[in-house]
Amino acid sequence: MSAQEAANVPQPASFEFTPENLERAKKIIAKYPTGKQQSAVMPLLDLAQRQHDNWLPIAAMEYVARLLDMAPIRVREVATFYTMYNHAPIGRHHVQICTTTPCWLRGSDTVVDACEKRLGIKLGETTADRQFTLAEAECLGACVNAPMMQVGDDYYEDLTPETTVNVLDALARGEKPKPGNQSKRLTSSPEGGFTTLLDTAKGSD
Amino acid sequence: MPKLKVDNVEVEVPAGYTVLQACEVAGVEIPRFCYHDRLSIAGNCRMCLVEMEKSPKPIASCAMPAADNMVIKTNTPMARKARQGVMEFLLINHPLDCPICDQGGECDLQDQAVAYGMDHSRYKENKRAVKDKEMGPLVKTIMTRCIHCTRCVRFATEVAGVDDLGLLYRGENAQITTYLEKAFASELSGNVIDLCPVGALTSKPYAFTARPWELRKTESVDVSDALGASIRIDARGNEVLRVLPRLNEDVNEEWISDKARFACDGLKRQRLDRPYVRKNGRLEPASWDDALSVAAGKLKAAGPKAAAIAGDLCDAEAMVALKDLMAGLGSTSVDCRQDGAKLDASVRGAYLFNAGIAGIEQADAILLIGTNPRAESPVLNARLRKRFLSGRLKIASIGPVVNLTFPVQNLGAGAQTLSEVAEGRHAFFEVLKSAKKPMLILGQGALARADGGAVLAAARALADKAGMVREDWNGFCMLHTAAARVGGLDLGLVPGAGGRDVAGIIDGAGKGEVPVVYLLAADEIDTRKLGSAFVIYQGHHGDAGASRADVVLPGAAYTEKNGTYVNTEGRVQLGRLSVFPPGDAREDWKILRALSEKLGKPLPYDNLGQVRRRLVAVNPFFGTLEQAKPGAWGAFGQAGSMGAEPFASPIRNFYMTDPISRASPTMAECTATFASGAARTGTHD
Repeated sequence: MSAQEAANVPQPASFEFTPENLERAKKIIAKYPTGKQQSAVMPLLDLAQRQHDNWLPIAAMEYVARLLDMAPIRVREVATFYTMYNHAPIGRHHVQICTTTPCWLRGSDTVVDACEKRLGIKLGETTADRQFTLAEAECLGACVNAPMMQVGDDYYEDLTPETTVNVLDALARGEKPKPGNQSKRLTSSPEGGFTTLLDTAKGSD
Repeated sequence: MPKLKVDNVEVEVPAGYTVLQACEVAGVEIPRFCYHDRLSIAGNCRMCLVEMEKSPKPIASCAMPAADNMVIKTNTPMARKARQGVMEFLLINHPLDCPICDQGGECDLQDQAVAYGMDHSRYKENKRAVKDKEMGPLVKTIMTRCIHCTRCVRFATEVAGVDDLGLLYRGENAQITTYLEKAFASELSGNVIDLCPVGALTSKPYAFTARPWELRKTESVDVSDALGASIRIDARGNEVLRVLPRLNEDVNEEWISDKARFACDGLKRQRLDRPYVRKNGRLEPASWDDALSVAAGKLKAAGPKAAAIAGDLCDAEAMVALKDLMAGLGSTSVDCRQDGAKLDASVRGAYLFNAGIAGIEQADAILLIGTNPRAESPVLNARLRKRFLSGRLKIASIGPVVNLTFPVQNLGAGAQTLSEVAEGRHAFFEVLKSAKKPMLILGQGALARADGGAVLAAARALADKAGMVREDWNGFCMLHTAAARVGGLDLGLVPGAGGRDVAGIIDGAGKGEVPVVYLLAADEIDTRKLGSAFVIYQGHHGDAGASRADVVLPGAAYTEKNGTYVNTEGRVQLGRLSVFPPGDAREDWKILRALSEKLGKPLPYDNLGQVRRRLVAVNPFFGTLEQAKPGAWGAFGQAGSMGAEPFASPIRNFYMTDPISRASPTMAECTATFASGAARTGTHD
């Protein structure tokens, strides 16, 4: 999201952790030595984002800044640097498709096409019913099972246009499709079974 | 002490030096954008790449510590190509708008592109554009030009201590901004203009005014506060266009306050450019001869009953002339302490910042008494912050609770706490006593009150008792608010036997006992209380003094005369003439010399050299320029009880403290932006 877009987002007046989240925040802060509590900024921002419908309003960043005794600009620097923090409301399902080289070589373009066709939106857009936000992501680190996409916290891997649509359909029905590998192979092992170390070693006799 | 080779020159540098600094020692200039001596190392511009033997790729010399047996090469094909490549990348998104850029002619990027860049660009794609950011009334932004060196961010965070600037987003979308685009709320904000190596941050008031090569540069000294920062005055024709800091490690390093930098447009407004004489209740233009005759007539009639007050911006030459003139009349009612501070002129150590401004860096325990250094001298406050950042400093204050950009323990609000500390009944006394180099900074807010003499005595007692005054260290530090004050005290512009001080003069004038009051650029007194006294005002701005005056003698501002100023640490510095005074205005000592002629007792000096000899005759300290030494120590202050009212800083609005800044439209804008509190960000109190 660009700075201009972020500037036009209607902001809530205030933000505060729920008692449970405040408890969790205190535990996170306690992991770091006294005086270095600022190290907790990223998990706290994540916590705030989860509490606030998956996006970070300015009030939440300022709240975290106060909690950690940081200047608000320092928190904002962190929050704008990482793409995982959203600065505007997004759909219920945040679909991020990896289009970096390994996924691209394995057909991420077809996955993007399938998503755009199924949801009727382009990359960077949100459906009218606010169920899906489609985004392009840089390498998410699951290259062994390329192409892949991330929905919320879950990875869906080894996608084809068909399995992609299946995942989206299930999400639209309110189900939670099984995350991970969408093809028949086991994790990243070869399709159709193992290919090495099948025969016993031949002795010298 | 690592020994290394730079371009076949063997150098030995102190431990902790970087390769870049080692190259400088070897006399090799390394191009750089993000690196700055006084800021932390970022290493993000990559312009300082050099070749190091045994390293497969070029190294960023600013971020690489110098080590033994390094072999650095700065002029090899690899180093040249690396720089050329970095420069090409920097220029990819940098607009080619040098002809309309205010940085043109003094731009690091421009200069280094010529020296280290390619002669053409291979980039054919669209350049990025960035929306400009609002940073307040002083700093203009053209963010498309930004190369993300983050010098401004580091300056704001480290030196100014105001976390207002930051680098948001990343990669191609990265941009420098203030938090939520509010004004950059620091009294040192103008320094980011000097720091910016490109034209992204430029001076808003100076925008599109001049090119650097058109300017006549004069090295001078700032008078907006008692620090006496070294400045360079840039003028074109007879107009001062801007003021820039000059390097002076002992005083201002390379920073100046926003008031010192931007108040110069006040020099063009509200000026007194001809003499005036009040006739039928109205000030009417007069000739010099008439005005001086009227003034001389009144002074002659008043004789010893006449009184004089010297203002905050006066040069020592004018003050010595005033003193001699009044002495000629037989009057001892002369005072330079406009604010009524109970300063003691008899002992030099009593009114100096004895430890020196650079001495702050040696102090290990500091007590601030009745002062807000951030408003009274922002650059000195930055030095305090620098000391705080280097660690192991115990610092506390007695007086108002203010945000000094670093944490300060507030011990109490007023004299009661001071006496507790001075008598050793307070825990902080032990801190001072056990410190190696304890320091107290005494502000004018604690002295400009009825019990000021007692406060001064208590501070002196504390200094003695805590062992602040020794052979090798004098931690008794007076922070003045006026550039003229120490000069005035050095010249003894305080009431002599039977003379009246400022309060006495005003009181006497109100009661009719003082028939003539001579105001030498004195505008900070309550002129309404002068009653029916005949007021002669000599100064450069139509401010409070001139509007009450019966005779106005137009003088010269600090940019328009060769004047001597003594800063708060007793450093004698020369201000130099950059432009001529407007209209009929004249240098101040010359006006007093002409007036003495009319009085029939001409002052014994006809040129600047003779005035300066007179200065040295009155006080030999004027013979040693640019040196600060602790003053003599002795008994000073008055015994007595201290009142209960809390100490308050004399400065309510940093941006308007003298006739020049009050006449400045830029300072008025700053007042509206910052002093009203409307545009302050979360980190600014």
